[in-house]
Amino acid sequence: MREGDQARERKEVDVLVVGGGNAALCAAIAARWEGASVMVLEKAPKFYRGGNTRHTRNMRCAHDEATDFLTGPYTEDEFWEDLSRVTQGHTDEALAKHMIAESKAMLGWITRQGVRFQPSLGGTLSLGRTNSFFLGGGRAMLNALYLTAEKLGVEIHYEAPVTDFDLVGGHCRSATARIFDQEVVVEAKSYVVAAGGFEANIDWLKEYWGEPADNFLIRGTPYNRGDILRLLLDKGVQPVGDPTQCHAVAIDARAPKFDGGIITRLDCVVFGIVVNKNAERFYDEGEDFWPKRYAIWGRLVAAQPDQIAYIIFDARSIEMFMPSLYPPIQAESIGELAQKLELSPEALSDTVNGFNASVHEGTFDHTVFDDCHTEGLTPPKSHWARRIEAPPFYAYPVRPGITFTYLGTRIDRHSRMQMAKGGGAENLFAAGEIMAGNVLGQGYAAGVGMTIGSVFGRIAGEEAARHAGH
Amino acid sequence: MQATSHITEAERLMTICNSCRYCEGLCAVFPAMEMRRAFSSGDLNYLANLCHGCGACYVDCQFAPPHEFDVNVPKVLAQVRNDSYRSYAWPAFLQPMFDRNGLAIALVTALSIAAFILGFALWHEPGVLFAETGNFYRVMPHTTMVTIFGAAALFALFALTMGYRAFWKDIGASGRSANDAPSLWQAMKDAGSLRYLDGGGVGCYNENERPTDNRRIYHHLTFYGFLLCFAATTSGTLLHYFMDMPAPYAWYQLPKLLGTAGGIGLAIGPIGLLKAKFARDPDLVDTSRLGMDTAFTVMLFLTGVSGLLLMLLRVTPAMGLLLALHLGFVFALFLTLPYSKFVHGLYRFGALVHYAMERRFGI
Repeated sequence: MREGDQARERKEVDVLVVGGGNAALCAAIAARWEGASVMVLEKAPKFYRGGNTRHTRNMRCAHDEATDFLTGPYTEDEFWEDLSRVTQGHTDEALAKHMIAESKAMLGWITRQGVRFQPSLGGTLSLGRTNSFFLGGGRAMLNALYLTAEKLGVEIHYEAPVTDFDLVGGHCRSATARIFDQEVVVEAKSYVVAAGGFEANIDWLKEYWGEPADNFLIRGTPYNRGDILRLLLDKGVQPVGDPTQCHAVAIDARAPKFDGGIITRLDCVVFGIVVNKNAERFYDEGEDFWPKRYAIWGRLVAAQPDQIAYIIFDARSIEMFMPSLYPPIQAESIGELAQKLELSPEALSDTVNGFNASVHEGTFDHTVFDDCHTEGLTPPKSHWARRIEAPPFYAYPVRPGITFTYLGTRIDRHSRMQMAKGGGAENLFAAGEIMAGNVLGQGYAAGVGMTIGSVFGRIAGEEAARHAGH
Repeated sequence: MQATSHITEAERLMTICNSCRYCEGLCAVFPAMEMRRAFSSGDLNYLANLCHGCGACYVDCQFAPPHEFDVNVPKVLAQVRNDSYRSYAWPAFLQPMFDRNGLAIALVTALSIAAFILGFALWHEPGVLFAETGNFYRVMPHTTMVTIFGAAALFALFALTMGYRAFWKDIGASGRSANDAPSLWQAMKDAGSLRYLDGGGVGCYNENERPTDNRRIYHHLTFYGFLLCFAATTSGTLLHYFMDMPAPYAWYQLPKLLGTAGGIGLAIGPIGLLKAKFARDPDLVDTSRLGMDTAFTVMLFLTGVSGLLLMLLRVTPAMGLLLALHLGFVFALFLTLPYSKFVHGLYRFGALVHYAMERRFGI
């Protein structure tokens, strides 16, 4: 025992779970089912518990046949094809295939933990076969997991950040945490770390993005600061994933700095044009279907001056997409719209007129690659190009909205963390966003984050319990 | 005005919810909301009356307070719903009955009981109140009873019909015939089972985030108890006029069987409902309307209990006073139906019919 430790309270437990989202709770419940005593330390207050899980709505699991809530089979092979396509090969194939195989049992397992499902939500028909939607959304799912964990006797503390690990070689002797504003040393036999990424840590984002990161909006809670990730990497755990990358979409610029969630998204880029603060277009708005392109627009806007852009469309498109939180800015003329957006009226009129003059309007159909496109315009708009001419005119201001980061800790198929010097850690396991980079090195497919959390959460919990002697 | 700010807040919330939609599997409110992009006050009154207040969407919402979006659908829809009762009430000069509803109902009830006691005493001699006759009609002739209660019932029925018409028009359904049989049947099933008070399957939320189904059970006891009592009275009237079988009835005859079962329901159900109401997380409740909620529930309880006591003590000197009490409660209950929480059932049923029709034919 070191000097000063006498003053600190000590607690002993078989498995300590750091974090409070889907992965953490799946690990806690799985370890408890194995017979281990389990403590969960969640940094956030109770209402904000669960990090990004609060904002999720579905998970992607392989299944052999249609169910009450899924319209058809989704084979392991097809799941793998989808994953390797969105990551463009930036994935650990063996680990990814292991996860996909394990995902098959996950729907049944998580249903037994109290999570309930429903058919795919309105406006998400394209996911009805592959993704299982949580009844009531991610917070409902999380509530169910917490109730189950409490019933099973898992000890849960909120506003209880872990501040240090006593990690020597690959062996963790204890973790230091603040519980009820008291410093507590928790001596566990195994540790499951499911504490998310660093997307809410603007200073860390700035290391890669520079000053523009100040203009980023964070879609999830302000608690995803990556403190645990940094601690572990500093203490010799092997990193995985590109530290410079994050999942960024274009969201309403009027959204709050943190936790605006799903309702600030905008699905109308393909219906209009997007201009920067100089009222200039900068990318092909009709390059591909929106579900395949929405994830590049955060990066595109981040590259524009002051990280701001404006989606501009007219009265013909106003009811063609899902409504969002803030109403569009509206005007009777392009000049008036520019004034309201504090853009140069001349520049915006020039851009719109130039666009309109180059539009070759065919048969508009946003459900297929239609023949409405521009001719002789740079950048072009390849599909769904219609003249912006029917007042009132509308605009949504957008900024980059950061969903998650890719940097994490490398693990093996038992969810065991790997050390930078080689070899696995003895009693450290990781699950969820903090290790997502192992299978998701790039890109995203809806619901995969929750699959990673649940599958590796369960594996980590069971392995941690096993290591603790259960 | 308060009602306007509730509507404004409800419109803000529905705009948020319509861009999220995570709750659409929980009840009828959210699918009905999704059929719209903008929300008039009529739309909001419709959604508010469709809401059963189970609380699931509050517990499941990632934007509920303390989140800065401050989304509290059950509370705000309760406020809008309660405002709507006042605005539909007919005649308009009686709408203020809803302002201090607990007091208003208590006053009407006290006057009603006093009138029956006075009436018994004045029409006969005061001794009749304490005579051990065991016969109601010695205290109050049957025709008088039928006339007074028939008049009160007819007035209530007419006022309720006028309120319902105002509601139907306000929610934008007036162009639509209300008698589409499959929609009516669907609404009867949904209302009769309180389908949407189940929190999407686990039970409604009351004092904390652990769902229970107690409110649904107590409401069934209350509602079906009320129906049974109504059936008891109706069967008695039929027996009286068509079978020449005046009261009193033996315990095994229809009015007694129905009335006893109903009275027991009305004695237990309201207590459970009130207990749940006062234990409920105040974040989920329109606390300014507790008087209205309590008044109607207490009236049902008192009607049931006084009826049961009357049955048990009919052949004692207590009968006369108990009869005055029971008739006083029932008369006040009937008279105030259009100005009490009773209307929640009427408008909720209308909203369910409208919802069933929207599902069948589109909005």
